[in-house]
Amino acid sequence: MNDFPFLLATLLAPLLGAVIIMCLPAGQHKPIKYIAAVSTGISLVLSLIIAGGYDKNLGGMQFVMSVPWIKDLGVNFALGVDGISIPMLLLTTLIGFSAIFASWKIAERVKEFFVLLLILIAGVMGTFITTDLFIFLLFYEVVVIPIYLLVIMFGSTKRVTKEYAGMKLTIYLLIGSAFLLAGVIALFVKAKALSGVASMDIAFLGTIDYSVGFQLIVFAFMAFGFGTLLSMFPFHSWSPDGYAGAPTAVSMIHAGVLKKIGGYGLIRIALTILPDGAQIIAPIIAVLAIGNIVYAAFICLSQKDLKYIVGYSSVSHMGYVLIGIAALNIVSLNGAVIMMFAHGVMAALFFAMIGNLYEKSHTRNIDDFGGLAHQMPKLTAGFMIAGLASLGLPGMVNFIGEFTIFVGAFSSFKAITVLAITGIVFTALYILKALGTMLFGPRNEKWDHLRDLKGPEMVPLLVLGIAIFVGGFFPFTLMDFINGGVGEIAQQIGLLKIGGLL
Amino acid sequence: MDLSLLMIEILVALLGLAVLITGLVLPVQHNKIVSGIAFWGMLLILAYSIAVIPESASLFNGVYQIDLYGHYFKILFLAAAVLVMLMSNRYTERFSKKSEFYGLVILATTGMMLMAAAGEFITLYIGLELMTISFYILTAYLLEDKLSGEAGLKYLILGALSSAILLFGVSLVYAMSGTVNFSEIGAAMKNQPVMLAGLVLILAGFAFKISVVPFHMWTPDIYQGAPIPITAYLSVGSKAAGFAALIRVLMTAFGPGEGLLDWNLLLAVLAAITILTGNLIALVQQDIKRLLAYSSIAQAGYILAGAAAANAYGLKGVLFYAMIYVFANVGAFAVATAVETDTGKTGIEAFAGLSKRSPMMAAIMSICMLSLAGIPPMAGFAGKFYLFAGAIQAGYLWLAVIGLVMSMVSVYYYLNVAKVMYIGEYPSEMPIKINSGAVAALWICVIATIVIGCYPGPLSELAGYAIQAIM
Repeated sequence: MNDFPFLLATLLAPLLGAVIIMCLPAGQHKPIKYIAAVSTGISLVLSLIIAGGYDKNLGGMQFVMSVPWIKDLGVNFALGVDGISIPMLLLTTLIGFSAIFASWKIAERVKEFFVLLLILIAGVMGTFITTDLFIFLLFYEVVVIPIYLLVIMFGSTKRVTKEYAGMKLTIYLLIGSAFLLAGVIALFVKAKALSGVASMDIAFLGTIDYSVGFQLIVFAFMAFGFGTLLSMFPFHSWSPDGYAGAPTAVSMIHAGVLKKIGGYGLIRIALTILPDGAQIIAPIIAVLAIGNIVYAAFICLSQKDLKYIVGYSSVSHMGYVLIGIAALNIVSLNGAVIMMFAHGVMAALFFAMIGNLYEKSHTRNIDDFGGLAHQMPKLTAGFMIAGLASLGLPGMVNFIGEFTIFVGAFSSFKAITVLAITGIVFTALYILKALGTMLFGPRNEKWDHLRDLKGPEMVPLLVLGIAIFVGGFFPFTLMDFINGGVGEIAQQIGLLKIGGLL
Repeated sequence: MDLSLLMIEILVALLGLAVLITGLVLPVQHNKIVSGIAFWGMLLILAYSIAVIPESASLFNGVYQIDLYGHYFKILFLAAAVLVMLMSNRYTERFSKKSEFYGLVILATTGMMLMAAAGEFITLYIGLELMTISFYILTAYLLEDKLSGEAGLKYLILGALSSAILLFGVSLVYAMSGTVNFSEIGAAMKNQPVMLAGLVLILAGFAFKISVVPFHMWTPDIYQGAPIPITAYLSVGSKAAGFAALIRVLMTAFGPGEGLLDWNLLLAVLAAITILTGNLIALVQQDIKRLLAYSSIAQAGYILAGAAAANAYGLKGVLFYAMIYVFANVGAFAVATAVETDTGKTGIEAFAGLSKRSPMMAAIMSICMLSLAGIPPMAGFAGKFYLFAGAIQAGYLWLAVIGLVMSMVSVYYYLNVAKVMYIGEYPSEMPIKINSGAVAALWICVIATIVIGCYPGPLSELAGYAIQAIM
């Protein structure tokens, strides 16, 4: 490709949009929304160009750029993507773009909402495309505060107040990040002592031989930090409450992409830099993952609030990702990455549909509904796509993810994998039960006034629905990237390759 | 001997006296002229001190050190003083006579400069007293207000006590080494228990000035009682001066803490206690001044962690953090000043609905507080990174974990203020009146906080040069 800084442009487009919106008068609702849509649209197009332009045969980091940033810490403002970051980048831009349209009906404090949302999208994107650990942390923590403000200003108070939900979310994630930060600083100091070079480059930090004891401590810190973000059991309780309190767009981005920073960080940072520590701690993660999958699924069975169902179900699905990572082989890691993508689009679609329904009906209780398919066929289609994807129906990208994880994980943890597979049964149970109650059955006159999706409301359904099916029917579109990216990490840390799959 | 090396100190002292005299000569109606002279004079001196970097020199046989380390702090004090004068422009209208206010602020600045550059204990003590006595008066400057008078008296009594403790420590060190010059003490250093007693007493004296737990009790009362601009200056200026002097003393007189005199570990423990206490008590504060007082105790703990590490990263962190702390804290206090001037209250509820009344001030308050909490892209993040990188390098991983976790806990009380500002309701929707000086101060603080946060390279390099003088 030529010299155009694609990654930088992708990252800056939403920020530029935010700056333009800040300069507009607060009453200009339409222009504000269009600017937000255009700026995230530009990011989406650019990220597709990047995915198309990435040379899979060459592999490695591409579209790299690096600007010296802080000399004595060896920090560079370095961007680059490889096979693992590209799906994550695509996920961010897809969901970011859809989230703007899912919030099209916002009528109060429009300016603040879209400025914060665009900052949030840019922050999440930054974590996936930087190759420098310091810049990664910077972007990671940048997103926390806009989320808090969005939740308390635009959230909804149902079972828990939005203030409570926002603060719980924020403090959980920040405490997790404190340990992460401590781990990273320790890593940096140790690397400098061992190599004599101050550097925060992730690839460089991975080339150094740390002692096993040191790796163990730092990996534990990182696993706690990233695990909290990924809602690892028992640090998951922020997730359902947070999503329930958050406005639609924030739930979409949070469940869809932000959580994935945890999984991405575990693979890209913790695993790559500290493979020996990972070997020791992986079984613990696998056991906790069972907590995620089974425990959260049980809770889902008894939930009545749609957002709580999807919230706990996302905790449950993250268990699959954790098992995929903990199994530490190429196939399972491939599965974990694709599962993160799959769950991202699915959860975002789910929250978009829930948000839409809630906006119109002011309730999220499944027992209040019935026969919605009569009044809202398009919304029903959206719910069904998301629901079936969630339970891993073949033809959807989620199936590819779950299947790959189980194949990979079975060679490492037999009993745990079998337990994990039971999660699928529970998922089918609660998803079908909820959707059946809500969508099908006799027509409920009470909801005749609800109008189906139209105009901008269709965008999330189309964008995310297409992503689910494309990923499901043509898994190689993503798998080729991921396999290349995971392969390189595996080579670097010397994982055994088991069986060829896909 | 080249007196031009002392140009900054001489100019500041002269300016302080000039302001006092002009206040006496001119009738009270011309108060504006006095504050004008004070502000523009300080601004010019600040510009001069940034433009002219002096050669390193040791004056009067080592009594006074001219080096980059001291110079860095002089710039910091001047910048803080300028910002405080800028933001307090409207606040000081309530004083019938402004000349003492401005004159004493300038004289306190002189004292801080002496502290940062002193090469021996007597000069250090003179600077310290000049600063502290100016602050005694300034703290009690609200003559009608009982709280202010109480604060002044408390500060006087406790301040005098801490000075006495410091002097006792100095006398013990002098008894053992026969000198008060830092580098000569360093040369004569022996591992004697008496030396240890001296060190501990000196540390206690300084700990009072920088409000380190358990010598922090005065902080909330005095911060609450003093006029807000003075609280702001006290929290950034006097604290930075305390750190400047403390680190020079420790590094040159007591060297690397070995054997009996392991001051590194002592400071690390104090830092941990300070961070914990400050943050935990701040969680329940309902008054913005008290909240910022406990937050400033916690901040002192973070900085102390860097001082405890006493390596390149840690000390660089101290200097870096002291500078960005000026911007973040003065920014927060500037908003608090405007809100207090408008509502007459300092409870957190006075901030309700600020985002609707004055969106800019609400945003700046949030940004400055998040910088204090160490959330990127604000400058506090890079600052804490340096401080705790230093601590971990020195082997205090536990201290870094405590510091980082507690700084995330601190987000809770900072965000509580943000919450009130963004979703609280205030009876009036009128924008808060604020004059152009305060607006300028706010913008300088917020831009500095974000620019340094996004691109910390230049400032950290500067701090890196500065610490070479004492390493």
